[in-house]
Amino acid sequence: MNIDIEFELNGRPERRHVDVRDNAIDVLGRCGLKAARESCGQGLCGCCTLYVDGAPVSGCLYPAWKLQDKRVETLEALNEANSELDPVQQAFIECGAFQCGFCTPGFVMMTRKLLEAHPRPTDAQIEHYLAGNLCRCGTYPEIIAAVRLAAERIAARN
Amino acid sequence: MTTERPPLHRLGKGLRRLEAVDKVTGRADYTHHVSLPGMLHAKIVRSHVAHGRLRSIDTTAAKAVPGVYGVFTGADILKVIPEPYYGPAFHDQPILAIDKVRYVGEPVAAVVAESPHAAEEAAGLVQVDIEELPAVLDEVEAMHSDVYVHESLRPAGTFADLKHLDGIRNTNVALTFHLKKGDCEAAFKNAHRVFKNTFKTHQVMHVPLEPMVSVADVRHSHAYLYTASQTPSFARTEIARLLGWKENQVTIKTAFLGGGFGCKLYVKLEPLAVALSMLSQRPVRVALTMAEQFYTITRHPTTFTIESAVDETGRILARRCEVIWNGGAYADIGPRVTQKSGFTAPGPYDIANVEVTSVAVYTNRPPAGAFRGFGIPQLVWAYESQSDIIAREMGIDPLEFRLRNALADGKRHATGTVMKSAAIPQVLTRLAERFGWHEPFERGSGRYRRGRGLGIGIKACVSPTTSVAAVSVAADGSCSVQCNTVDMGQGSDTLMAMIVSEVLGVPAETVSVVHPDTDASPYDMATLGSRSTFHMGHAVRLAAEDALAKLRAMAKDVGLDDVDPGNLGALFVRKFGMQAGTVIGTGIYKPTYQSPDKTTGQSEDITPNWMIGGTAMEIEVDTETGMYTILRMENVVDCGTALNPLVVQTQISGAAIMQLGTVTLEEMEFDEQGQLRNAGLSEYKIPGIQDIPRAIGCETVDAYQENGPFGGKGVGESGTFGVASALAAAIEDAVGVRITQLPIRPEKIWEGMRAKQEQQA
Repeated sequence: MNIDIEFELNGRPERRHVDVRDNAIDVLGRCGLKAARESCGQGLCGCCTLYVDGAPVSGCLYPAWKLQDKRVETLEALNEANSELDPVQQAFIECGAFQCGFCTPGFVMMTRKLLEAHPRPTDAQIEHYLAGNLCRCGTYPEIIAAVRLAAERIAARN
Repeated sequence: MTTERPPLHRLGKGLRRLEAVDKVTGRADYTHHVSLPGMLHAKIVRSHVAHGRLRSIDTTAAKAVPGVYGVFTGADILKVIPEPYYGPAFHDQPILAIDKVRYVGEPVAAVVAESPHAAEEAAGLVQVDIEELPAVLDEVEAMHSDVYVHESLRPAGTFADLKHLDGIRNTNVALTFHLKKGDCEAAFKNAHRVFKNTFKTHQVMHVPLEPMVSVADVRHSHAYLYTASQTPSFARTEIARLLGWKENQVTIKTAFLGGGFGCKLYVKLEPLAVALSMLSQRPVRVALTMAEQFYTITRHPTTFTIESAVDETGRILARRCEVIWNGGAYADIGPRVTQKSGFTAPGPYDIANVEVTSVAVYTNRPPAGAFRGFGIPQLVWAYESQSDIIAREMGIDPLEFRLRNALADGKRHATGTVMKSAAIPQVLTRLAERFGWHEPFERGSGRYRRGRGLGIGIKACVSPTTSVAAVSVAADGSCSVQCNTVDMGQGSDTLMAMIVSEVLGVPAETVSVVHPDTDASPYDMATLGSRSTFHMGHAVRLAAEDALAKLRAMAKDVGLDDVDPGNLGALFVRKFGMQAGTVIGTGIYKPTYQSPDKTTGQSEDITPNWMIGGTAMEIEVDTETGMYTILRMENVVDCGTALNPLVVQTQISGAAIMQLGTVTLEEMEFDEQGQLRNAGLSEYKIPGIQDIPRAIGCETVDAYQENGPFGGKGVGESGTFGVASALAAAIEDAVGVRITQLPIRPEKIWEGMRAKQEQQA
């Protein structure tokens, strides 16, 4: 069964015809967005992280039809307005916090939420926020360094 | 030995990945995102039994699902590919099962539909009737079982050294490799002490976060394949062979890989995607779920019995190694793991008398193949665990025991090859210094006890293999590299750009690295076994040197003394009167090699380079639960010159962390029927951010690979070698319990402690 849904995607209105079996990632893919991507399909790896009404969700577990009237943001929203990188993205590059890069958008999305809530995160807070994101290349030490660097930069800016 | 090291301009200084911005903005290309006009989606129907005869497959209900384009079985595949068996060493794996199934999860049918949902729904309606046969799952049992996984052996005709196996019946042994040096029997007779231990490893999966995916679009006389592959060149050859076509009728394109680790090698989904595209006359996408990957390729479980004769001073006089590799139902590259890693089973030690028997066996489990380390982590686990046992029993410091026996440059390896540019003693010494091995530490008392362990492993770079590259200089002076090395996170694109920069003097950041497209990019054996830095590094160096020679000739031609790397474009304008023309340099690299003797495994030149990695750990065990914490992990490797130190650091710690996952958390669990209980991430846990050691240190020793490009060699696997045995040694050091079977779980430690207490009581 297919239905029509309307939602806000990265600040723009979007209307899509979706299969009730589609998840949010299926729809975003058809909208030409690649940053949130499905990997484990069980909401355990964080590769598909997106914000729905400002809260991070696993897109692979989020039915597309539930996006109706929601405000959806993906990593792409960060770089639409200007070409400059977000401090989190910049810190990930400088700390070498990725290798294959498949998990990176999810980590950036969760790190931004972490730093919104905890501008000076403790080790426990970093672990808590990023426990749902997996990196098979094992760049966790570099990711932790990047989170700290981004926190410093944001604090210095404010 | 001191070698003159030419000064480096660009290499040796860290450079961030060229594609960094694309990766942090989510815009890097992966095959995962490839979509073609008119593309259909496939879903695989899998065997529910481990071993059986296919009676019938009923596709009626599946075909009736709206949106289904076709439901295909092995019989349909035969219509388009008459000999549908593939594999890099043995042509034993059918695209879809024919007559028999050999493991739970083996593909038996495929649905092709307009949407993944329709394909999935229909796949659940395919009725597969299988007459169940007894299955054999354990590698030791399979050696002597009368249950045979294959009726007869089918080695690939391309390998001369496998030809004698063709058609052999009534065996599960795909291949046996022997190595023999000196006189083991006499040495064991005269030994002061003999140690004999058996160590086992378990089945694990690579778990790349970009699940395997291939999209095929086969036209009348040309096949286009977009695939997440570490081997575009092999994929082209193999698809051409299956179709009976020429290589230039097959195009393989890859992108960045979201992790490979050895699972995306040779061909996996490509033959099925091609066959389904031919049967449906449309582009077809075959994409696995995370769970399905566990039914596709894995790492070999092993049983390694190691027997060592030692003299009074702690010198190893002789060593016998019997390694049995559980290859699962299809050989994949297992026989090569058995040989090419098997010969390093005696370890990085100078032992006069050695016998190795390394056996690849078939069982009714999912196939096993290459996995970061190509068999070395399983071998090091055993020989370094035994090193620790011997040292402890003889009252020798475990570091000292290793140093006393270590293979130094100039000594002969068990294969007979003289060691060169292999910093084994240096890695051990530096590791001990860095770790503070000789310094006292708090051992704890009461409930929490601390311990330490270390270990070292070596790997021979797989040989003989060939890499080809081209470096193009465009008319504005900008440079591109064409090569089939696949960047799956190891930073090869960046390194190849740095090599061009080193030779031509252009900034590395401006060099473009073209992703593999077999219509345009030349042959490379594979992106595997940490071979690319060495082999492709040389090929790109040669190609850049060739381009430079051509640019110099052009300069001379137009009356200039030399080439100005800052203004190459001016040269083209002077030569062609406008911004026009292209200069293409090419490079081919194949190192020297001597095949091992058929009976003794001896060779004067078994490998172009040795990769060395050591790990030391300090851990704390909770004696009430067996739970343990890794307080510190130090890794030291020899990678020759660290050509891009930033990426080298991440490769070392990443390899160690991944290996730690397979040692502490991960295990594919099978029941007696061969059913896998835990496919998928909900019950197969890989390390997360909270699972890493509290402190991780990485270092490269000051070393130079004499025959390497700019003194370098590979590093992607070295961080994995010493992890498992160092952890087991640290646990014994802390609580006196020796784990001999991976993974190292708290309950095993707890049981060991309880058994010890009962013994003492």
